[in-house]
Amino acid sequence: MNRRHLLQSSAALGLLGTLGGLSGCANLVPSSARVVVVGGGYGGATAAKYVRLLSDYQIDVVLVEPNAAFVSCPISNLVIGGSKTLADVTSPYDKLQSKHGVKVVRDHVTGVDAGKKTVTLASGGTIRYDKLVLSPGIELMFNTIEGLQAANASGQVLQAWKAGPETLALRKQLEQMRDGGVYAIAIPEAPYRCPPGPYERACQVAHYFKQAKPKSKVLIIDANPDVTSKGPLFKKVWANDYKGIVEYMPQHKVMAVDAKSSTLKFDVQNDVKADVLNVLPAMRAGSIAVQTGLANVNNRWCGVNYINFESTQAKDVHVVGDSIMLAPLMPKSGHMANSHGKVTAAAIVAELSNLPINPRPFLSNTCYSFVNDKLVVHVASVHQYDDKDKTYKTVPGSGGVSTEPNELEGIYAWNWAQNIWADTLG
Amino acid sequence: MTRFLQVATVMWSAFFASLVHAQTTAAALHQRATAAMCANCHGTDGRTVDGSAIPALVGMPKDYMLRQMQAFKDGSRPATVMHQIVKGLTDAQVQTIADYYAATKR
Repeated sequence: MNRRHLLQSSAALGLLGTLGGLSGCANLVPSSARVVVVGGGYGGATAAKYVRLLSDYQIDVVLVEPNAAFVSCPISNLVIGGSKTLADVTSPYDKLQSKHGVKVVRDHVTGVDAGKKTVTLASGGTIRYDKLVLSPGIELMFNTIEGLQAANASGQVLQAWKAGPETLALRKQLEQMRDGGVYAIAIPEAPYRCPPGPYERACQVAHYFKQAKPKSKVLIIDANPDVTSKGPLFKKVWANDYKGIVEYMPQHKVMAVDAKSSTLKFDVQNDVKADVLNVLPAMRAGSIAVQTGLANVNNRWCGVNYINFESTQAKDVHVVGDSIMLAPLMPKSGHMANSHGKVTAAAIVAELSNLPINPRPFLSNTCYSFVNDKLVVHVASVHQYDDKDKTYKTVPGSGGVSTEPNELEGIYAWNWAQNIWADTLG
Repeated sequence: MTRFLQVATVMWSAFFASLVHAQTTAAALHQRATAAMCANCHGTDGRTVDGSAIPALVGMPKDYMLRQMQAFKDGSRPATVMHQIVKGLTDAQVQTIADYYAATKR
């Protein structure tokens, strides 16, 4: 209640934006808002909703997002495995607007002027902000692997790492593959989006093959020296449940793709031929972050001050989600991005209200992987802000993984998905 | 002089009141944001989707929640994830979270 009064007095001083007067004009892009959020994934949509919630709906928020609906990457491997549909992992953006008063603008942002504090839209307009939240996700660096750009553009070699049409296309390739065929997934060196994701996908494809095409094989071609997440659990599943189907090949860095012969080429090892190639190249912050110079760590990830996720490059620009330079042991996950969004939203509400920001925020992460259509393993962690070293640190003795794949966590995993989708968008 | 003192006193009181006001609002904001770290799994303001096996926290009595958190921590209540999460939280954070959900109406 007190906070509301404080914000209302700010409004009385003329500090608030003019969005309220435009609320009846659904198609009008506002020229100004106190907070503009770019990108409606787990990080951005959560930040947009929680700026509204934590300010008692006193701070205007515009969310710029090109897609008509949110398609979740978590759980999308089950679409590839065949036990979920793309509709199951798709949620609309309309509740952000109808329930929480976030103005959702369906567009791309093509430029950011941190000096004038404006963003430019692909359609031509500009929006002025007091605080900008950038949640651009990741860009797949197709050019780091020879031949991959063209092979992906033709639809032959898919990534399906941004859930959507490619998720369905990959499922179709697997359905059309002959029994006795080979599916190969190539994993880039860490850090990449969703550390356990490729290994979960391998399990999903193996689960499908085991039922429908038992003579087929899954090759996991990993640029890393070992499985990057839940290693002992995944390896046990491959050895016990997918014996003769899954083969794990560490330290294999793909250098080139020959689409014509459906072959992967490496720096040292022999070529690998497969019927279905699923190649994940190295990743970096979404292109808008690279274009605007906000990806200031190796021109790849966005450096942020972890206490409020403000860019180390530009004042009043906050960056959340997979595109940031992570603190140690922090994964690039949807759950983590949602947590970033909340800490950022709270800091922005405090800063715009002239209140102190929380000096000791913390973040949580829980990440479930389905090893078939029912059994799940998880990894969980808690990251406390350390004000001396100005970073997040995991707490010794906290966090951990499942003891073994189990059905109870299969139920929790699906409920987690539904609850986090509602928490992010509903 | 007396008038000056009166004005000064009024101004000081107003300043002090605004200071207290800012502290309480900051505390409320930080509390809500801290409790929001549970919402990823337990729903916004502790309200889960219909049919969720993950329990709702909204309106949960404080004493009950504190007991459960302690039981997760010492292992007397088995869990899949919560025993690993609660070990990462400070006692003050657990108290703040328990206070928030107990005070939030269903």
